Amino acid sequence: MKVGPHFRTALEALQLNLVRSMLTTLGVIIGVASLIVMVSIGAGAQSAIDKQIAALGSNMLQIQSGPGNMGGGRRDQVGSVQMLSDRDIRALRDQVPSIVAISGQINTTAPLVYGNANWTGRVEGVGAEYLEIRDWPIAAGRGLEPGDMTVGAKVAIVGQTVVRELFEGADPVGAELRIRNVPFTVVGVLEAKGQTGFGRDQDDVVLVPLAAARARLGARARSAPDAVGQIYVELGSSRDMLRAAEDIEAVLRARRQLSATDEAPFSIRNTAELIRTRTEAQATMAFLLGATSIISLIVGGIGIMNIMLVSVTERTREIGLRMAVGARKRDILIQFLIETVTLCVIGGLIGVAVGVGGSYLIAGFAEWPILLRADTVVLGITASVVVGVVFGLLPSRRAASLNPIDALRHE
Amino acid sequence: MSGQPLVACEGVTKLYRMGAHEVAAVRDVTLTIGAGEYVAVMGPSGSGKSTFMNLVGALDVPTVGTISIAGRALNELDGDALASLRNRTIGFVFQQFNLLSRTSALGNVMLPLDYSGLTRAEAEVRARATLVRVGLGERMSHGPSELSGGQQQRVAIARAIVNEPQILLADEPTGALDSATSEEIMTLFRELNRGGITVILITHEPDVAAHARRQIRFKDGRVVSDTGGA
Repeated sequence: MKVGPHFRTALEALQLNLVRSMLTTLGVIIGVASLIVMVSIGAGAQSAIDKQIAALGSNMLQIQSGPGNMGGGRRDQVGSVQMLSDRDIRALRDQVPSIVAISGQINTTAPLVYGNANWTGRVEGVGAEYLEIRDWPIAAGRGLEPGDMTVGAKVAIVGQTVVRELFEGADPVGAELRIRNVPFTVVGVLEAKGQTGFGRDQDDVVLVPLAAARARLGARARSAPDAVGQIYVELGSSRDMLRAAEDIEAVLRARRQLSATDEAPFSIRNTAELIRTRTEAQATMAFLLGATSIISLIVGGIGIMNIMLVSVTERTREIGLRMAVGARKRDILIQFLIETVTLCVIGGLIGVAVGVGGSYLIAGFAEWPILLRADTVVLGITASVVVGVVFGLLPSRRAASLNPIDALRHE
Repeated sequence: MSGQPLVACEGVTKLYRMGAHEVAAVRDVTLTIGAGEYVAVMGPSGSGKSTFMNLVGALDVPTVGTISIAGRALNELDGDALASLRNRTIGFVFQQFNLLSRTSALGNVMLPLDYSGLTRAEAEVRARATLVRVGLGERMSHGPSELSGGQQQRVAIARAIVNEPQILLADEPTGALDSATSEEIMTLFRELNRGGITVILITHEPDVAAHARRQIRFKDGRVVSDTGGA
C-alpha cells in the first residue's frame, strides 16, 4: 500500500478548505495544549515532592510526644511519666530489630551570638545518629559523634542559614558560637536542605548534643530529666515501615502499661506516608485536569468527525470518480483516514506549541514548578493521532462503502 | 474478430426496485463485442443503454446473467479485482466530464495512476505524454475552469486512456458540446480506435453514431437492432 499519493491528496484537500480545516482542528489544539500543560504541571509537582521525600529520608519514622489527634487543646504532658525518654530509645533499639539508627531530639529557640553578629534560631539537641537518619551530609568539618554525647561536650553544627546570617564569609569551623550565652565550639557545617513541605527553613538550625542541650541550654524538665520531644528512627528498608510502626507502638504501649484501646500519649508519623497523602492529592488534581483535556480531545474529535462526514458528502462525486478509475475501497478508506489524521496531527503540533508556551507562561506567572519532558510532547502528538484514527474511521468507512454508480450520480 | 470476444454478455438483466415494484432497466441482453470494434449504443432516454454501459464498465453488477471482460467473468471477481479492471482494462468518459474542479489538467490525468503503483515521476511522464496525444500539450497546468468544454472532454479522454485500457467506454461524450467540437472529439475517438482501443460509446445523435462501424439500438431494456457481430 502506497501512502504517498494518499497523503498528497489529503494535504491538497485540506488546503482547499484551509479556514474550515483550522477551525475544525481547534478542539484538538485545545485538547493537546491542555494535555501538555497539565502533564507538565503534574510532573513539576511530582518532582518537587520527590525532592522533599529525598530530603526527609524515605525510611524515616518520627515519634512525637502527644496524641496523634492534634485537634482540640493539646494537653501539656511535660513531667508526666508518659513523655518520651532516653529509656524509650534504649528499649526500642533493643526490641525492634528493623531499626538501624535512632535518635532523640529536643527543640528550643535561643539567641545565637558570634562576634558582633546575633541571630535567633532553632537549636536542636540530637543524638549521634541524627544526621544519618535525616540523610543530611556535612559540608565542612565533622558531624556529631558518640564521644560528643557527654555533659561536657559543648560542640555545635550549624546550618547554612545560620552560617549566612552570623558568619558572613568567616570560616565557622572552629569558631566560638554563644548559644543563650553559653560558648559552644562549631565543629561542622551542614549542607543546605531547603524548606520542608510545609515551608519551614530547615537550614536555620544549630545542632548540639542532646546532653549539652539539656545541661547547658535548660532544655530539660525537672521531673523528667531524660525526656525528649521526638524520636527519629531509621529503618532498614521502607517496606518495613508499617510493621516497624506497629512494633514501636507495641513497645511504647507496653512500657506505659497501656491497653490497646487507651489513647496513646505519643504519635508515630511516617513522613513518607504524609507525603504520599499529598501526592495523592496531587494525583487527584492531575486526574481531574487530565480528564478535562481528554474530554476536550473527544469533543475536538467529534467536531472533526462531523466535518469529515460533511466532506465525504460534498465529495461524493469525487469518490465515485476515483472508484470508476480504479480506486479500491481500501484506497478511499485510507485516503480519508490519512486526511483526518493529518488534520489532527497538524492540530496536535499547534497544540504542542501552544501547550509548551502555556507551560512556561504558567511557570513564570504562577511560579508553579513545571517539568516539560520530551515524552509529554510525544504523548500530545500520539493523542492527536489516536483522535484522528478513532474519529476518522466512521467518515472514512462511509466514504469507502459508497456504491460507485450512486456516487457518480450524486448532485 | 477471431478468438475470444473482449466483451461477452449472456442473458444479462438488471432490475431496480422502484417503491413496491421492480423495473427492469436491462432485460435479457446477450451480445459479444470483439477487440478493436467501434460500437455506438443508441436508444431513447430510459432505454437501458446507460445501465448497460455501467454493467460493461464493472461499475454495477447484473441481477441475472453474466458479463465477461477480456475472458474474466465479472461475477467471479472480488472488489479489488474489479477496481483493478476499471483501472487497467477499462477507461470511462462521462457526458459531464467529471473532472476534479480544483486540480490541474495534469493532476486529473494522473488520477488513475495513483492506483496503479507507479511512482509520481513515472505517472507524470505518462500523463504528459497522454495529454500531448489528445492535443492538450500546452494547457497541462490549467484547471478545468480555464478550459473550454472540448478541452475539458479531451482531459477526460486523456484520463480514460492514460493507463492504456483495452476498452474505452463513453457515455454521451459529445452531449455537452457544440457540433464543431463534437466533430473534433469524434475524430479523436476514431484515431484511438485505429490505435487498437475498442470504443463503445452511447449517443442518441445519428451523425455521431455514424462514426461507428456497428450500431446497437436499445428500447425498453432490450436490444432491438444490432448492425454487426452476433
